[in-house]
Amino acid sequence: MATQAAFMPGGATKEAVATGVWSWITTVDHKRIGILYGVSAFIFFLIGGIEALIMRLQLARPDNDLVSAQTFNELFTMHGTTMVFLAIMPLSAAFFNFMIPLQIGARDVAFPRLNALSYWIFIAGGLFLNSSFLFGAAPDGGWFGYTTLTTRQFSQGANIDFWMLGLQILGIASMLAGFNFIVTIVNMRAPGMTLMRMPVFIWMSLVVQFLVVLAFPAITVALILLMFDRFFGTLFYAPAAGADPLLWQHLFWIFGHPEVYILILPAMGIVSEVLPTFARKPLFGAPVVIYSGIMIGFFGFGVWSHHMFSVGMGPVADAVFSIATMLIAVPTGVKILNWISTLWGGSIRFTSALLFSLGFIAMFTMGGLSGVMHASPPVDLQQTDTYFVVAHFHYVLFGGSIFGLFSGFYYWWPKMTGRLLDERLGKLHFWLMLIGFNMTFFPQHYLGLIGMPRRIYTYAADLNWGFWNMVSTIGSFIIALSILVFIVNALKTRRSGQVAGPDPWDARTLEWAIPSPPPIYNFATIPTVHGRDELWLQKHGDGHGGAPTPKPAPATAKDIAAIHMPPPSYWPILLALALTVMLSGLLISYYQVIIGGLLTVYCMFKFALEYHRPAQEAH
Amino acid sequence: MTNPARLALSLLLLAVLVGGTGCGLVGWDWDTKMTTVIPKSDFGRMTHDIFMLISWWTLGIFIVVEAGLLYVCWRFRDRPGAPIPKQVHGHTVLELSWTIAFAVILVIIGIPTIRVIFKTQEAPAATALHIDVTGKQWWWDFRYPGLKIHTANEVHMVVGQTVAFHLHGPDVIHSFWIPQLGGKRDVVPGRVNRIILTPETPGEYIGQCAEYCGVSHANMRFRAIVHDKAGWEKWVASQQAPPLEPKDELAVKGKEIFSQSACVGCHTIAGVSAGVLGPNLSHFGSRGTLAGAILPNTPANLTKWIENPAHVKPGALMPNLGMRDEQTKALAAYLLSLK
Repeated sequence: MATQAAFMPGGATKEAVATGVWSWITTVDHKRIGILYGVSAFIFFLIGGIEALIMRLQLARPDNDLVSAQTFNELFTMHGTTMVFLAIMPLSAAFFNFMIPLQIGARDVAFPRLNALSYWIFIAGGLFLNSSFLFGAAPDGGWFGYTTLTTRQFSQGANIDFWMLGLQILGIASMLAGFNFIVTIVNMRAPGMTLMRMPVFIWMSLVVQFLVVLAFPAITVALILLMFDRFFGTLFYAPAAGADPLLWQHLFWIFGHPEVYILILPAMGIVSEVLPTFARKPLFGAPVVIYSGIMIGFFGFGVWSHHMFSVGMGPVADAVFSIATMLIAVPTGVKILNWISTLWGGSIRFTSALLFSLGFIAMFTMGGLSGVMHASPPVDLQQTDTYFVVAHFHYVLFGGSIFGLFSGFYYWWPKMTGRLLDERLGKLHFWLMLIGFNMTFFPQHYLGLIGMPRRIYTYAADLNWGFWNMVSTIGSFIIALSILVFIVNALKTRRSGQVAGPDPWDARTLEWAIPSPPPIYNFATIPTVHGRDELWLQKHGDGHGGAPTPKPAPATAKDIAAIHMPPPSYWPILLALALTVMLSGLLISYYQVIIGGLLTVYCMFKFALEYHRPAQEAH
Repeated sequence: MTNPARLALSLLLLAVLVGGTGCGLVGWDWDTKMTTVIPKSDFGRMTHDIFMLISWWTLGIFIVVEAGLLYVCWRFRDRPGAPIPKQVHGHTVLELSWTIAFAVILVIIGIPTIRVIFKTQEAPAATALHIDVTGKQWWWDFRYPGLKIHTANEVHMVVGQTVAFHLHGPDVIHSFWIPQLGGKRDVVPGRVNRIILTPETPGEYIGQCAEYCGVSHANMRFRAIVHDKAGWEKWVASQQAPPLEPKDELAVKGKEIFSQSACVGCHTIAGVSAGVLGPNLSHFGSRGTLAGAILPNTPANLTKWIENPAHVKPGALMPNLGMRDEQTKALAAYLLSLK
C-alpha cells in the first residue's frame, strides 16, 4: 500500500520539486493543489467580502442610493454564490487536499491527475461566474435561484445563464474531488489506521465527501431542467403548463441543506484537531463526535423542507420536517459539549489557532440555538426571509465555518509553509474579527424580529431600522480590517516568520511527524499506526503507563530514491478549458458547443490514455 | 505575549460599553411598525408564545454553554511547567445524560410546535371573511368575492372577524406578510395558499412581500387596515358604491385623458375601463398610498409616478406613456377624486 501512485511511470522524485509557473500549472502534487485551492478560494473570499461591504454601505442608512436595485440584487446573489461555492467549499478543499494524505500517512491522493482536474474545473467555473460582471449580466436571481423568477419569461438576459452554467461547472469539480477523497480515505490509509483510528478531521472530511457526491446530483438535475427550460423552451418549471414551481425548491434544498453541512463539517473537523492539540488532551468522546458527524450528515438529507415552511406544504409535512430538524440539534449539541469537555482538565495554550476554535464554539452555539427557533414552523413563518435568518446562518457559516477555517490556517500554516504566522498579529486578527462579527450580525437578529426582510435594497426611515443597520455596517468594516491584518501577517511571515520545524505545537497526528513543508513524497517511510493520536503516542505514550509506540525507521537515501511519484500533466488544465469552451458556448453559439464538445472528448481521451500501456508491455 | 484573559475581559467590557451606549441612544425598541414580537392577531399570538418558549430554553442553554466555555478556559489555562494533563478519552454516563437532556428539551418545545402547526392550518370558520389576494410584480391585488369589492395595495379587515386570505400568484413566487398580524405565506404560481387569522386590535399595519421576486422586491409593500365595526361598514359602503363622477374642470379633463389613452388597457375603473394587468383604480382616491404602498398618495407623488413609473420604482411594469405636465396633473386630479 506504500506506493500507491507508483504504477504511473516516470516521476523521479526530484522532477516534481521544479519551480516556476509551468510547474504549478501541471502539478499533480496534492500539497501544491491544496495551496492553489487555498490561494484562489481566499481571493474569491475577498471578492465576496467586497460585495458584502458594498451591500452594507447601501443599507447603512434608510433610502440610500449608493447602488441601484438591480446592482444590489446582483450583489447579494453573487455574494451568496461566491461564499458558498467559491470561498468556503474550496477553502475546505484546500485542507482536504493538503491534509488528508498527510493525516492518513499516504504519499498523495488516489487519483492525483483527477485532483488537478477538479482544481482547474473549479477555477474555470469561478472565473466564468465572475466574468458575468464584465458583460453587465451578473446573476440576479439569488443564490437559491427560485423558479419561476429564473425562467426565461421573467429573466430575459444572460444573468441566470451565467449562474446556471457556472454552478454546473463547479458541480463537476466538487463531484470529482468527492469521489477522489472517498477512494483516498478508504484505500490509502497507512497500515494500522483502522476507521476508528482515523483523525476526526479525516472522519468529517469523509462524511463531507459522501454528502457532496450524494447532494450535488440533485442540483445538477434541477439545473439541467432549468437549462432546458431556458435554452430549448421545455416547460419543467412553467405553471401555465401544469408544472409546480416547488419542484425546483425541493430539488434545490435536497442539495442545499446537505450543502450547509458540507460547509460546516470541515470546520468541525478542524476544531476537533485544534482543541486536543492545545489542551494537550485527546478529544473527549471521540467516537461520539464521529458518530454525531455521521448522524448530522445522514439527517441532513431528511430536513430540506424546513427551508420551505412558508410555501404551504400542509401541517403533516410541516410537522415531520420540524421534528427531523430538531433531531439534528441533538448530535450538534453533543459535539459542542464534547469540545468543551476536551478543554476540561487540559493545559490550554491560547494560540491564535485555539482562539479561533474557541470563537467557533462560542459563535456556532449561537447560530445553532437560533436554528432551533426556526425549526419550529410557526416561529419560522415570522422569521424566514427576514434578517433574523441572515443573522442565524452567518453565525453558522461565518461564526462557524470561517472561524473554523481560520483556526485551520493558523494551525496548519507552519506545516504548509514551514514558517509560523505571527502570534501577536494573529490574536489581533482574532479579536477584531470576533468584535466586528458580533457587531455586524448580532443586531441583525433584532432587525429581523422587528420585521426587516432580506434582499431589500432600501428601506423607509420610519421603520426604525436605521441605527442598527449603521452599527452592522461599521462592524462589517471591522471584519474587513481583521482580514487585512491576516493578509499582512501572511505576507510578513513569508520570509521573516519563525521557522516552524516539523512539530511546533507538540501535536498529535501524523502530519506533524514529517518536515514542514513536507517533501514531495510526504513520508519517507510509511508509518504504522497504533492509535488516533499516533504521533502523541510515539512521543508521550498513552499517559496510562503504556510505553511510547515505535517511530518508523529512518529512511535511507536509497529508499527515498526508490519512491515513485506521479509526473506532472497538462491534460487536467486542458480538459477543464475544453469543458468551459463547450459550456460557455451555450451563451455564444451552438457551433462553439460542438467544437468545445469535440475538444472535451479529445482531452478526456488523452487524459485517460496518458499512461496507458498496451497489454503486452504491462508487467 | 499578552495575557489573553485580561485582553478578553477588557474587550468584553468595551463591547458591553459600546452596545450599552447604542441601546441607550435608540434602545431595542420592539414596538415598531413591522415588529413581529407584539402580535395583534390570534395567529401572531400563538406564534409568539412558541417563540418565547423556545427563546427561554435556548437562552438558558446559551448561558450555560458560554459561561462553561469561559470558565473552562480560565480555570484550565496553561501554567508554566504544568505537567501533561491526564489523557481522558470520554465519560459514557456524562455523554449519555446530556444527549438525553437535549432530547427532553426538544420534546418540550416540539409538542406545542406541532399543536400550533395543526391549529393554524385548520379550515376557516363559516363566518370568515374571504379575501382573494393576488401578488404580482410588484404590487398586490385584493378581491372580496362575498362583498364584490376589488381594490389594490390596501387590504381592509374588521376587528374580531376571522379572515381567510387565499393567495394567488400569476407570475413569480411572492410571500404575503403582515408582520404585526402573524407569519408569512408564499404566493406560489399554480397553487392557492391560505392564511387564516383574526385581527384583535384596530390599526394600520404594514405588509410586505417577503420572497425575493425581482428588481423591485423591496418596493412591493401594502397596507393592512383593521377597522372597528363602524369604520368597516363605512369602508365597505364606499367601496361598493360606483366611482364618483369628477366635478372640477381639471378632473373632468383627466377622465377624458384616461379613457382615451393606453391607461384603459391595464386598469379598471368601474364604468370607464376594464383593463386587468394593473391595479383596479375605481376608488383610488380613497387609498393612503400608491405604487405598492411606497409613497403617500398625494398629487405631487402621483404626477411623478405617472410621468416616469420606473424612476420611482425600478423595473415598474407600467410604461412611461410620455404624458406631459398638464396631462399628468389632470390625470392625478381625476384619480384622486375617485374617493
